[in-house]
Amino acid sequence: MALKIVKGSIDRMFDKNLQDLVRGIRNHKEDEAKYISTCIDEIKQELKQDNIAVKANAVCKLTYLQMLGYDVSWAAFNIVEVMSSSKFTYKRIGYLAASQCFHESTDVIMLTTNQIRKDLSSPNQYDTGVALTGLSCFVTPDLARDLANDIMTLMSHTKPYIRKKAVLIMYKVFLKYPESLRPAFPRLKEKLEDPDPGVQSAAVNVICELARRNPKNYLSLAPLFFKLMTSSTNNWVLIKIIKLFGALTPLEPRLGKKLIEPLTNLIHSTSAMSLLYECVNTVIAVLISLSSGMPNHSASIQLCVQKLRILIEDSDQNLKYLGLLAMSKILKTHPKSVQSHKDLILQCLDDKDESIRLRALDLLYGMVSKKNLMEIVKKLMLHVDKAEGTTYRDELLTKIIDICSQSNYQYITNFEWYISILVELTRLEGTRHGHLIASQMLDVAIRVKAIRAFAVAQMATLLDNAHLLTGNTQRNGICEVLYAAAWICGEFSEHLENPMQTLEAMLRPKVATLPGHIQAVYVQNAAKLFATVLKGEEGNTDSTAAQEASQLMIDRLPLFVQSANLEVQERASCILQLVKYIQKLQQKDVEVAEEVNALFAGELNPVAPKAQKKVPVPEGLDLDAWINEPPSESESEDEQPKAIFAKEEPKHSRPRHTEVDEKELARRREARKQEQANNPFYIKASPSSQKVYQEAPGVEHIPVVQIDLNVPLKVPGLPMSDQYVKMEEERRQKERAEKKKKEKKKRKEKRSGRGKKHDSAPESEEDITPAHMVDIVTEEMPENALPSDDDERDPTDPHKALDIDLDKPLADSEKLPVRSHRAAEAQKSPTDGETENATLQEPKKKSSKEKRGKKDKERDRKKSKEEKKKKKHKHEDKEEDLLVDQPDEPVLQSEETSQVAEPPTSSSTNAEVSDLDFWLSNAPVPSNTQEAATVAAAAPEPSVTAPDSEPDEPKDTEMEETKSSKHKKKKQKKEKEEKEKKKKKKHHHHHHHHGDGAGEESVQNGTVEEEEPLPPMSNYCLLAENSYIKMVYDIQGNLQDGSQVVVSVIFENKCNSFLKSMEFNVLDSLNSKLQRPEGSGPHDGLVVPFQLPPGVSNEARFVFTVQSIVMPQKLKGTLTFIVKNEDDSTHEKVDFKLHFTCTSYLITTPCYSDAFAKLLESGDLKSSSLRLEGVNMPFHHLLARICFHHHFSVVERIDSCASMYSRSIQGHHVCLLVKTSAQTVSIDAKCDEPTLLGNVLDEIKQTFSQC
Amino acid sequence: MIKFVLMVNQQGQTRLSKYYEPVELSKRAALEAVAVRCCLSRGKHQCSFVEYKDFKLVYRQYAALYVVVGVTDSENELSIYELIQNFVEVLDKYFSRVSELDIMFNLDSVHIILDEMIQNGHIVETNKSRILAPLTAIDKMADGSETTPDTPRFAIKL
Repeated sequence: MALKIVKGSIDRMFDKNLQDLVRGIRNHKEDEAKYISTCIDEIKQELKQDNIAVKANAVCKLTYLQMLGYDVSWAAFNIVEVMSSSKFTYKRIGYLAASQCFHESTDVIMLTTNQIRKDLSSPNQYDTGVALTGLSCFVTPDLARDLANDIMTLMSHTKPYIRKKAVLIMYKVFLKYPESLRPAFPRLKEKLEDPDPGVQSAAVNVICELARRNPKNYLSLAPLFFKLMTSSTNNWVLIKIIKLFGALTPLEPRLGKKLIEPLTNLIHSTSAMSLLYECVNTVIAVLISLSSGMPNHSASIQLCVQKLRILIEDSDQNLKYLGLLAMSKILKTHPKSVQSHKDLILQCLDDKDESIRLRALDLLYGMVSKKNLMEIVKKLMLHVDKAEGTTYRDELLTKIIDICSQSNYQYITNFEWYISILVELTRLEGTRHGHLIASQMLDVAIRVKAIRAFAVAQMATLLDNAHLLTGNTQRNGICEVLYAAAWICGEFSEHLENPMQTLEAMLRPKVATLPGHIQAVYVQNAAKLFATVLKGEEGNTDSTAAQEASQLMIDRLPLFVQSANLEVQERASCILQLVKYIQKLQQKDVEVAEEVNALFAGELNPVAPKAQKKVPVPEGLDLDAWINEPPSESESEDEQPKAIFAKEEPKHSRPRHTEVDEKELARRREARKQEQANNPFYIKASPSSQKVYQEAPGVEHIPVVQIDLNVPLKVPGLPMSDQYVKMEEERRQKERAEKKKKEKKKRKEKRSGRGKKHDSAPESEEDITPAHMVDIVTEEMPENALPSDDDERDPTDPHKALDIDLDKPLADSEKLPVRSHRAAEAQKSPTDGETENATLQEPKKKSSKEKRGKKDKERDRKKSKEEKKKKKHKHEDKEEDLLVDQPDEPVLQSEETSQVAEPPTSSSTNAEVSDLDFWLSNAPVPSNTQEAATVAAAAPEPSVTAPDSEPDEPKDTEMEETKSSKHKKKKQKKEKEEKEKKKKKKHHHHHHHHGDGAGEESVQNGTVEEEEPLPPMSNYCLLAENSYIKMVYDIQGNLQDGSQVVVSVIFENKCNSFLKSMEFNVLDSLNSKLQRPEGSGPHDGLVVPFQLPPGVSNEARFVFTVQSIVMPQKLKGTLTFIVKNEDDSTHEKVDFKLHFTCTSYLITTPCYSDAFAKLLESGDLKSSSLRLEGVNMPFHHLLARICFHHHFSVVERIDSCASMYSRSIQGHHVCLLVKTSAQTVSIDAKCDEPTLLGNVLDEIKQTFSQC
Repeated sequence: MIKFVLMVNQQGQTRLSKYYEPVELSKRAALEAVAVRCCLSRGKHQCSFVEYKDFKLVYRQYAALYVVVGVTDSENELSIYELIQNFVEVLDKYFSRVSELDIMFNLDSVHIILDEMIQNGHIVETNKSRILAPLTAIDKMADGSETTPDTPRFAIKL
């Protein structure tokens, strides 16, 4: 279809097109390969032609063949040729082929750079689109570096179609060229708020993907995403965002708290299952991350579990599967909530779908308790019987064992039952897990002493019926259990009813067909049994039985001596010789039993895997020192101890009696017991008299608890586990009954012993006492063992390179490589302010410079935008500085332009974080006045009549900020403090932009969730007003310079005429002086650097130097200006009085409570106090007001009491303790300057008397 | 993210493959074979998600054609499941009752559709008309400039 028949080309008529090729392949089913190879030959011919249409057709066919698995890399150059066709129809064939066939090592890719760049900048959006799509498949580091800037430019393309593709491909660019991330990130962030939902979604996708890998760098975006989450209706986007939050919450638990509510709302409201599923998953993740700090989220968990239950009950298998999957996540932290749905999970075991059954099995693992273990396992055993397919059955088997053995057999109350389950499992046909059952049998027999007699009886039966297990060669896997059976019978042969019979069973000729390692165990344990038989017969006068045993050994062992297995052979011949010798002695009527038994004397105890490592090196022993002179190399080899103890010979791990003398041992034991007693983490033996420490030296540091079986049972033949289920139930009932009977009365011997034990048993939480306890081996770890490093990331992981701090300001060098050199910094005239009207009419514009930039050529525009981004970035950074602690590196810049160009000097990166802290904190009063101000400014401030130019904006701070920024450019002598302030405001402005209004704001900030919102506040008070102009002002201290304050004045034009040539003048006092530009006289006025069109307001700042700050004072001043109408103009003036309050000399300074306490303790401060009656406002409002109007910060707040702190520009500390009861507020204050304090308190009093 | 999209028929023949992470040609065949076997062996009563190695397969069956999507572990299965439906609906709209043959003979168009929907492993667009907009524009462009003597779809669809 995409082919073009070129008229006049006869050859072309005979070419196959893609359809012909497909058809041909279908028609040559028998000799497909041959047909295709002829086709490839044809294609090669076609590619040699000059006609681009023919080439495109050939490439199209190659793409199809490539999909079928044929290598077409030889045609790479032709693909590039087709890509560069000017005709879109061919071009896209080329790009498609490239995207399918090219990879990083395709060398012709380097030829494509310019072509792709050309296509990217093509006026046809589809050219650009196809280039972007193709690029996303084969971008290489080189391409990424060369094209990053072009793609970034496209992110601001006018067409959303291009924008979204460009945004998405940036992800690939970041991966290939990580240096691009930081320069491009601001724009990417910007795209989160793109008007087009597609672009927005693309940006969310990219950031989510980035953030999932390196979440900590993206924490600062949380507020933005939070807003998107609460406002977006696109489920695809929501899913991504919610997923992102899932990745962020582990880093910031407070975020989790914030999320719970909106997420539960979504769970309630959404009808999209995928979204519901995602929400549930994230809620679970959140709750997991909070599990330590959150007391009560059972409601959320219940909701999740309920919803999941609905999913699981659904007839849709997909939902069922996912429901179970999610359920298993809840299980990890909230097993109780899931356990109540046991019925449902068990039902799922009957599901037709194996994957669902497996999921249900996973769940069951976590759901068992002492109460339901037997029941669940019984169900599972039923499933084992009817299960089809060995994979599932094997899975069931392992699950049963996992379930039972988890946490050291925590849930098993009756080990007889468990042994019988294990024995029943041996009857499974064709399982691969024989060794698993075997190791369980061994483990239980060794660790649960009480069960040994029972276990031995069962194992003897197994050995007797070994033919059942080995009869079928296909069931070979199961014969592993014989290994365990033989060993248990041998090791604990004293429990055997009839050792002779078992001995006989173990020496049957059939045994020789078993695998070698099992035979070896047979032989070794036959010897143990033999010793037991001898011992049993010793008392007898009739020695025939013993002699029979010897004879049996001598008869049967030669079979094993001939074994091909070395291990079997060696053991058999050793033992054979031994038995022959014994037989000789027997014939001489010598008592040998004791000696033979001594061969196998000693007790085996479970040893913690790392116990060996934990054996302390005795003092004074240097393990590295040579004991003897270094031997020659050949010798040392011989002397190397055997490193591995063969599994087949557990005896080797028996404790060796060492030569340590008894006294020393006793001393050590004592010391250790002492230490254990003092160690709270040590699991102590219960005081029961039945429990005795193993005294064997060497392993004694391993605590072993012995338990005796109180209901000895002898069940002949293979047990039915059900029997034990019943017995266990009876036992429990009995126990309950006994508990009811107040057991003052002495009980029957056996019972009473146990009863006592239970009372002290710590795990009686379910009121079910285990019939036997398991020896608990504390698995010790070396003290300095490091938790396994979480840095398990694959070093080749491309995302590792993207672990880049995005909050750091951009350095000058961090620019995307640009091919053409651009005009250096767009020159901005320092008198930028002269761009009068445009600027004035749009106070919202962040800077006129940028605006102008936009009017410029496109290239210029891009540049300036970039700068804007950078600037914004920098601002945020600066702000942090201010919040965290006052910056000590002043950035003295008088020009906005230069500021932009200059590399940022501050590098503190936790700015965003502190911002985030604020966003996250639910404290009713923000600890920072500025922040408080922002919150408070959510609603328009009535006292300031803001111009209409910004109707949507929360007016107060915004206005101030926009104006200030504008004004700033013009004011040349603004010092850094002011700048910072501005930046800070700007930053807020940025945030406010996101919100559509006050409502949004409150959601975003979250501070107001708990208590009613703060009323609007403003520090601007009226300076002067007449029919033409209104002036309001605010005074802020400057921490950097203890003698300066900045007066911000907002001028508002109230008339219908133009106001120009405004001149601001103040009559200086001795104490306070207006700073005038150098060269001007002490009485000259300052020109206000802007003009005011009708109805517009703007802000100017004036710096004053003050000497003493302890007293408030007033300065008289005048503003002169020209009112210009169409035909005439008049000179006007207005007088005013600037009131420098003491408050205005205070600067909000955060203070930590410990520093605060120290300060109070120092005793240098004079105190004073103040009482306010009839204050009728919530405490947090009160605090917010003090913070806002008087530049304090809250140090600590406890209920209705708060400590606050502020600092004057000259370094005076001002501490407040604010208490409230009923309507009375008492403020105790301390300050090192009593006059200042008194004045500040007066001003506070006045503030509250006004409201 | 999405690792690959496959369309295979019941005989296991690949009808479309698109990888969003580079996979060697030799490994593709093996991967496709395994993925296809995983999905084809499952019955109607079984769920559409298969865990395979370090990723998940989400598949959907349409008559004899399977759409198999390999996704990373972090992806939301249900949303991918919906995406497949969406993709097939778009194909259906474009080809008006899509068949396996449509996909075989118009592989490039299918690729364009897929590229509009998924880019480097992320979902870009789910709106049907917006997905088809570039393709229809291209078709128009092609119709205007060239003559397509036999619309292949016609020829084979019978």
